[in-house]
Amino acid sequence: MRVLIRPKEGILDPQGKAVERALPALGFEGIGHVHVGRMVELEADDPTRLAELCEELLANPLIEDYEIQTL
Amino acid sequence: MIWGVLQFPGSCDERDALHACTLASGGARLIWHEDRDLGGIDGVIVPGGFSYGDYLRAGAIARFSPAMEAVAELADAGGPVLGICNGFQVLCEAGLLPGALLRNENLRFVCRQLDLVDEGSARELSPSEGGQPADRSLLSIPAKHGEGRYYAPEPMLDELERNGQVAYRYAPGQNPNGSVRDIAGVRNETGNVLGLMPHPEHAVDPLTGSTDGLSVFRSLERFAA
Repeated sequence: MRVLIRPKEGILDPQGKAVERALPALGFEGIGHVHVGRMVELEADDPTRLAELCEELLANPLIEDYEIQTL
Repeated sequence: MIWGVLQFPGSCDERDALHACTLASGGARLIWHEDRDLGGIDGVIVPGGFSYGDYLRAGAIARFSPAMEAVAELADAGGPVLGICNGFQVLCEAGLLPGALLRNENLRFVCRQLDLVDEGSARELSPSEGGQPADRSLLSIPAKHGEGRYYAPEPMLDELERNGQVAYRYAPGQNPNGSVRDIAGVRNETGNVLGLMPHPEHAVDPLTGSTDGLSVFRSLERFAA
């Protein structure tokens, strides 16, 4: 399983902004809305409890959104 | 009163906190993070540092330690709890304080002496109960952190302001990290749990330039049983 965690829409993401600002200097034009998050890979015997795990620990629901993917 | 100062793997300001508690309130001792029993102390300091290496998010792992379970019980019972810097992050992650702390807006670690506005206590005791009027004086206290940008959604911020839960603000023009509404510290609704990013434990001796930090510790003494 894979969990993607990203800053909530509307919350200032200075990491994403810093990456975005660096791109033109490297010759990458036309790239916007860069956001930097985290990825957690794990194996779960009972995937039904993964959302609970995300809410409790992997993400802070006040500032982050998460997405659970089955590989 | 006797403060207990938590010690996590990665804590680094617990010794200064011990010293500050002793100067401010009379006594303090260390509490190891695996101790479930706080052992008869009157209040708890969750100190600064990088508990559990700041893995995942600052404060996210520390909140599951046995000592933090005991701290949550003390907080629920109305006992004084003070979180400083990483300790503030731990208390927010544990849900004992509202909001969250994000990477500094400019992505740089900040380390400087700055001025805080003391917004006064949430639940002021009346003069007949021995209370003092709210003190809005400036406190000179150092800050040193990379993830200190206080954030809470707008409706939550409005509620905090209404309830008098904003404890400290950075003085105008001195916000070092992009915190919303210049917020440097907040307290819970009952006022007995307080967290702030700057370090009052480093401002307790004239030798290092300021003793303004003592008032932060003393502001919680009235919650000791």
